[in-house]
Amino acid sequence: MNNPAILLQTRQLSVIRAKRTLVDRADLTVHAGEIVTLIGPNGAGKTTLVRALLGLMPYNSGELVQQPGLRIGYMPQKLHIDPSLPLTVKRFLALGGSKLAAITGALTRTGAAHLLEQHLQALSGGETQRVLLARALLRNPQLLVLDEPVQGVDVAGQAALYALINELRHELGCGVLLVSHDLHLVMANTDTVVCLNGHVCCQGHPSQVTANPAYLELFGHRAEAQMALYTHHHDHAHDDCGELHHAHKDSQSHA
Amino acid sequence: MPEFLLLALAAGLGVALVSGPLGCFAVWRRMAYFGDTMAHSALLGVTLGFLLDININLAVATGCLLIALVLVALQRGRQLATDTLLGILSHSTLALGLVAISLIGPGRINLMGYLFGDILATTAVDVATIWVVGVLVLGALAYLWRPLLSITVHEDLARVEGVPVTAVRTALMLLMALVIAIAMKVVGVLLITALLIIPAATARRLASTPEQMALFASGIGSLAVISGLTASFYWDWPAGPAIVLGATAVFVVSLIKKQGT
Repeated sequence: MNNPAILLQTRQLSVIRAKRTLVDRADLTVHAGEIVTLIGPNGAGKTTLVRALLGLMPYNSGELVQQPGLRIGYMPQKLHIDPSLPLTVKRFLALGGSKLAAITGALTRTGAAHLLEQHLQALSGGETQRVLLARALLRNPQLLVLDEPVQGVDVAGQAALYALINELRHELGCGVLLVSHDLHLVMANTDTVVCLNGHVCCQGHPSQVTANPAYLELFGHRAEAQMALYTHHHDHAHDDCGELHHAHKDSQSHA
Repeated sequence: MPEFLLLALAAGLGVALVSGPLGCFAVWRRMAYFGDTMAHSALLGVTLGFLLDININLAVATGCLLIALVLVALQRGRQLATDTLLGILSHSTLALGLVAISLIGPGRINLMGYLFGDILATTAVDVATIWVVGVLVLGALAYLWRPLLSITVHEDLARVEGVPVTAVRTALMLLMALVIAIAMKVVGVLLITALLIIPAATARRLASTPEQMALFASGIGSLAVISGLTASFYWDWPAGPAIVLGATAVFVVSLIKKQGT
């Protein structure tokens, strides 16, 4: 097994706001070509951790190491544009500084080429997500950071989007950091699951995390249902096997 | 046409042109009340400029900018909602300005002129100031257009893509302060926001790109200035309010058009 480069790594990263510890000594590593899924209940600090990783909010202690010159494509959780701003998909994508050829290319890749001249406010949930993904792709990313990428998308659409993300990771050879509050469909293609509840409860390969008591405690019966689904999807997955370990220990053991 | 009307027209059109694009940002970013707060603090700037014997426009712009920065600092506290903070700042600065002016002594400052505009008393120097500042602001807006749109659409996304969000946002506040300083002569501090918001809101119904909307807003503002001054000249209406009503009239007419995208 070759050793893919570490794109981004946190060591004992903590974020404290208004005397509340939102993220507690989190260890997280994303390698090139790897999909890391950050799961956890609402309020577990997933978005906070991601924002700290992206430099959108300062962290209070710990370390954050990035590969020098790392190009990040970011897909935010929500796109809320005031209805008073007339903006087509084409203009929205051009705001990142890309030329039309690149824009149509990225939209085609995310299956949204037909939306080019549409106004952003007229898009459905799934269409918006595909446009946002195209914007992230235009960065020619080495790391894709996707915060709840299937929000507001119906179940069939969710599966399609995750399949697309998996394809893109192979095509671009980029690492993917995915945030989700639900393991459901994420599992099939995830290499490493990081289960966050303020602190990192457990992390490792999905099949191991889902058997972890800390995970089961956090997700309860719902987790069992997901296990069933996961097992169902199992045959088209992983060439690389993570190692399960608990929080606050060294997190660099896998891959 | 009498000379005073020509000067008034030149001043009004200068302000209308620059208010168009800037007003669009005020609408897109929901800064209407923010603009109001900055404008209300202008009166305090007038008093200070008068007391310290410095250029009134400069004093007003500086005062507006300071208030904007205070507001940004207060917002970090997060205890009170932004509109509450704006309400406090807006009315406190207006009250402080009114008290300060009365302390200087009655008759030394034309209070009504500052509150509601004094466009018919525009001098050639005023016109020159308005156009110089106006062209500078338009140039800056053109230069910053893409980053400004980018942070308006999604601040985090813009930041991840390398836009210096804080600098761009501060620049927008500075431009707004400058425009308030020059617009004060035309419609007065109490009505400035109308000149920013109404033409932009009207333009929304006609435009399908941000640039179109900015351009239409400038045009609609100009139309408001022309019609307001006409009404003022023929029917002796107060000029500032007449200009605002001119904009309102265009807005009402625009409601007839079916809403597009």
